[in-house]
Amino acid sequence: MWDYTDKVKEHFLKPRNVGELKDANAIGETGSLNCGDALKLFLKVNENERIIEVSFMTFGCASAVASSSALTEIIKGMTLDEAAKITNDDISDYLGGLPKAKMHCSVMGQSALKKAIANFRGVQILAKPGNMVCECFDVTDLEIIDAVKANGLETTDDVTDYLKAGGGCGQCLERIEEVLESVKAKG
Amino acid sequence: MEIIYTDNNATTKVADEVIEEMLPYLREFYGNPSSMYTFGDQVDKKIRQARQRVANLINADPDEIIFTSCGTESDNSAIHAAINAFPEKKHLITSNVEHPAIKNLFTYLEKKKGYEVTFVPVDKKGRLNTEILYDSMSENTALISLMWANNETGVIFPIEEVVQKANEKGILLHTDAVQAAGKIPIDVKKVGVDMLSLSGHKIHAPKGIGVLYVKKGFKFSPFFVGGHQESGRRGGTENTVSIIGLGRACELAGENIGLVNTQVRELRDYLESQLLEKIPGTSVNGEITNRLPNTLSIGFDAVEGESILLLLDREGICASSGSACTSGSLDPSHVLMAMEVPFKSAHGTIRFSLSHYNTREEMDKIVKAMAPIIEKLREMSPFWKDGKMI
Repeated sequence: MWDYTDKVKEHFLKPRNVGELKDANAIGETGSLNCGDALKLFLKVNENERIIEVSFMTFGCASAVASSSALTEIIKGMTLDEAAKITNDDISDYLGGLPKAKMHCSVMGQSALKKAIANFRGVQILAKPGNMVCECFDVTDLEIIDAVKANGLETTDDVTDYLKAGGGCGQCLERIEEVLESVKAKG
Repeated sequence: MEIIYTDNNATTKVADEVIEEMLPYLREFYGNPSSMYTFGDQVDKKIRQARQRVANLINADPDEIIFTSCGTESDNSAIHAAINAFPEKKHLITSNVEHPAIKNLFTYLEKKKGYEVTFVPVDKKGRLNTEILYDSMSENTALISLMWANNETGVIFPIEEVVQKANEKGILLHTDAVQAAGKIPIDVKKVGVDMLSLSGHKIHAPKGIGVLYVKKGFKFSPFFVGGHQESGRRGGTENTVSIIGLGRACELAGENIGLVNTQVRELRDYLESQLLEKIPGTSVNGEITNRLPNTLSIGFDAVEGESILLLLDREGICASSGSACTSGSLDPSHVLMAMEVPFKSAHGTIRFSLSHYNTREEMDKIVKAMAPIIEKLREMSPFWKDGKMI
């Protein structure tokens, strides 16, 4: 059994803001059926760029549902500029923490939010800088380096827990190992 | 809350009769079976009885039975003995739906020890591709190791047929019969396998006791090198209490096998038909006509396994999911992947595995609990709308 906080369990059992928002004017989607989790985030943003309504639909495990629910509670009433500053750690903190192996659920929330904001502003999300490492989950070497440095990750499993990179087909695990080695070598 | 236990392929309730059999040897008769005096020797006699009882379940001779600590040890010992017996042969054959005890050991031998390993694929129903299996057999093959029945789907492999082909080429055959024992008849004399693994806790004995059957005549080298125990084939003081319990459990398994193939099968079929009828977008994994009578692997479209399990847990229902979800790796199990079960139902696959302790009332409670759970999760799922996948 997963070691979930009471807050995670509560948000899983009684998720807030579930369902499709019919008059949403911003939508952000991330993940896929094949990946094992997916989140569709709906926002209704007013003329002052304030999020006045928000809802989600999630396919995934308990922490994916809880992270989505938490995200909607966090950003409701925020302006888009405020919301843009929300990170996966904010989502995890709101829930009293997530098991390490489930950190990617909070990352999924942040990613969907970023896409929804870009969708509202009509901005194309540009191709990410760096070289693609994990094709399954669209993770670049630069993202891995950032995550390794920011969170003190040490093993490929750690990287998979945080970014999901390597958690699909597994073909990039050696490449992740190389990136880890390069970070270690540079200190 | 009352527990409804339908995860018997993971582990089983220790039978009351087994506990009764064990207790005196835990409390009073703690002697070492190797000792000379009567106090030890009476334990030795009881172990001999247990060995006979285990042998009876699979129609072996008692001196073909080696007690181990678990199924994994039995598997490791068998592979170790096989490659030691034929050091010049560098090819091994197994399937790609084996238990980690075999799968990871073979991968290790392949990556680190220079062995060539053929992982024989299965089809969409989980059936072994025997054509590829037979084609891969060669003079260089040291061992074929195949599970008798799959732990996730219950699909049964044609061990008897494979043994015949292996014998023609003089190749050793080991089978992991951990899931098959007590559920389908096993007759090692008739089938002719060289080695066979069993696990106590899958057949209502305690955890921490296993068996390796080794056919008479095979030059077995021990995996645990130590004392003279188990005729020098497995060192270490016997786990006397568990061995005695396992003996009784094997006796019971022999008596109950009819029940498992009638009453338990009917319960499984009832649960299956009710779930298929009450919940749309539901499909059964594996070859329906050729699987263990207690196992149901069933996929629910557009929802995810862990969520289902946690909601079932709130109703006191114990089952397993078909997706690992134990790390960032959210892949469905290697078994479902090997069978090419579509992602839409693989992620939402639940395994119910029954025993003769289950009742029809429990099956009704499961069905009653499952329908609203799946509905709730589908209301939340971005892949489900108006009663179907999108």
